[in-house]
Amino acid sequence: MKKLTFTSVFSQLLLLLFVIAWIVPTFGLFISSLRDKDVLAISGWWTSFTTTEVNEIYRTKGKEDQIKEGDYYFIKSNLFDENQGKEIYRFGITSKNIDEYEVGETALFKDETEITVFENGDYVWKSKEEFKKKKGKRIFVSAKSPPSFTLDNYKEVLLKEGLGQAFLNTFAVALPATLIPLIICSYFAYALTWMKFYGRDLLLATIIASLVVPLQMCLIPVLTIYNDFGALFGVSAKSYPGIWMAHTGFGLASTTFLLWNFLKTLPSEMIEAARVDGATHYDTFIKIVVPLSIPSFASIFILQFLWVWNDLLVGLVFLDKHPSEIILTAKLKELLGSRGENWEILTTGAFVSMTVPLFIFFSLQRYFIRGLVAGSVKG
Amino acid sequence: MSIFSLAITVLVGVLFFVLFFHLSNFLLDYFRVKASKNFAFENSIRVIIFIAPAFIVLFVFIIYPVFETIRLSFYDKVGENFVGLFNYTWAINDPDFRRSIINNLGWLIVVPTLSTFFGLVIANLADRIWWGSIAKSIIFMPMAISFVGAGVIWKFMYDYRGPGDQQIGLLNAIAVALGFEPQAWLTIPLWNNLFLMAIMIWIQTGLALVIFSAALRSIPNETLDAARIDGASELKIFWSIIIPYLEQTILVIWTIITILVLKVFDIIYAMTNGQWQTEVLANLMYDWMFRGGGDSGRGSVLAFCILIGVIPILAWNLYRHKQEQKV
Repeated sequence: MKKLTFTSVFSQLLLLLFVIAWIVPTFGLFISSLRDKDVLAISGWWTSFTTTEVNEIYRTKGKEDQIKEGDYYFIKSNLFDENQGKEIYRFGITSKNIDEYEVGETALFKDETEITVFENGDYVWKSKEEFKKKKGKRIFVSAKSPPSFTLDNYKEVLLKEGLGQAFLNTFAVALPATLIPLIICSYFAYALTWMKFYGRDLLLATIIASLVVPLQMCLIPVLTIYNDFGALFGVSAKSYPGIWMAHTGFGLASTTFLLWNFLKTLPSEMIEAARVDGATHYDTFIKIVVPLSIPSFASIFILQFLWVWNDLLVGLVFLDKHPSEIILTAKLKELLGSRGENWEILTTGAFVSMTVPLFIFFSLQRYFIRGLVAGSVKG
Repeated sequence: MSIFSLAITVLVGVLFFVLFFHLSNFLLDYFRVKASKNFAFENSIRVIIFIAPAFIVLFVFIIYPVFETIRLSFYDKVGENFVGLFNYTWAINDPDFRRSIINNLGWLIVVPTLSTFFGLVIANLADRIWWGSIAKSIIFMPMAISFVGAGVIWKFMYDYRGPGDQQIGLLNAIAVALGFEPQAWLTIPLWNNLFLMAIMIWIQTGLALVIFSAALRSIPNETLDAARIDGASELKIFWSIIIPYLEQTILVIWTIITILVLKVFDIIYAMTNGQWQTEVLANLMYDWMFRGGGDSGRGSVLAFCILIGVIPILAWNLYRHKQEQKV
């Protein structure tokens, strides 16, 4: 153990401060997505861990539930429909005085019937004469409500708001938009590293220049090409294959560059030995280079997958906003506009969109970091 | 679409490319056996098979569009009639454009500086503390989240309710607890830019952090120990040894974040859509691309402005690449 010095205590505190500042926003979103929507709209998420005091109105059962015991008629039941873990501490029978009685005390109605309410919501309503009314009486309760969380928002968002479909759409965009560049760039990077051909250096320089070209420079002409292509063949300009190729194009430079960086570290003797033994470049690529590159493929796959999954701009430009094509980020942006005050929908939707990236992040963090450190400069 | 039809589409799309390479190479091998062994010819065919798909994609999606966008910036909104510098003079006189340039400059100064600074400080702190790797994970996590997702997270932080109401946004709750009036943060001109930048800093600090962490490990321990034995304080070590050692890394991180910031779109589009003087080039460009049927001339000018911003970095990257090739 190092001894506790002022510096080490200070640096621990400072780091703790950073950690708290960085985690709190996401944590608040996550907690909010699990809260009841009515509570969420009127209280901060940080209040949800403590017991809160609520005033509520319930109605007793009516004449159908009465039973006769001895000389008296009783209605015995529980005020709460379902067990929410609430604890009643006071109750009342008129709206003028909603916390007149201590829990366990007996209150007398005007019609001389009497009621006792217990802590867990059980009540006993006693009358000398038969109960006549179908409708019960109103009971005002002051209760302590323990922290409660629910998955209702997730059900609502996934099924009713169409985020479930958007989730699938995003997968349908992201998987090919990651695999296709990986496939064609691995051949490309192999050629740039191990094949000799005219113009290789120029091509490499083009890749390095393309790394930093902003996406915005490419949108208008590519969109025009798509529109012309669509008109020529009578198909929609916005389609899945269209966005796959767009993502392939915009991710091509960085994927190739990262792969090239990795491939050139492979021992050239090995490749040359294979060539001397008569293996074609194709054999060398499939049987020697690909198996050796699996870890770097994994890093690049994760980087590109997260990039595509989190992208908004390309999805907006190259896909329709129709439910069968809209991606999660575009859907989320749409909800921000249309349901801006429905925080239960927004927080839950945002969290749904984050599940896959967070899963990848926590399970494959090592590869993710390796890819980034390998020099990710994305255009 | 159902899961099933989506899965089929995905499978067909990916298999197409796998089969292309497999079949074309297979055919080449097949004819090689039959025909006379002309290695040079065979090799050049193989080179074409290997690079053609990537090259075509590169050409169609990057090389051609870059030049086409530059050309379009001199043409009218449908890209048919040459209008000279009209789009450029329009831009210079457009208040939204000026606002965007100022905001982009602000972003360029604040975000890379603070992200790099925080990343460096946190990497140094975390390196010496036993729970440092957990801390790094947490601070790095926003890197995995989309800008829109981050937008929702922070919009919730900045949420505003009238004075007297219960605040559900944390920032306003803190402000009220400290005795201030609650504020609609995103609508206060100039300040709101800082609140938007905070989101980007929150995300990019993680990037700086992991790259610095990796670089810190490469500093030889002997150097640090020698300094400590000589009685240098930790702060002195930080300024005199660590910073000079990390100079290259700092530059790399700076450029990565600068490029990202130049293109910043999602955050603005999702949070304010350029209202309350938060407009930036990328959002304005998106706006012009689709506003009133689209104006490719003005959109292209705006895109070109973003490109001009990255040209120094582009040149520097090419220069470094050339130096490396020589070695």
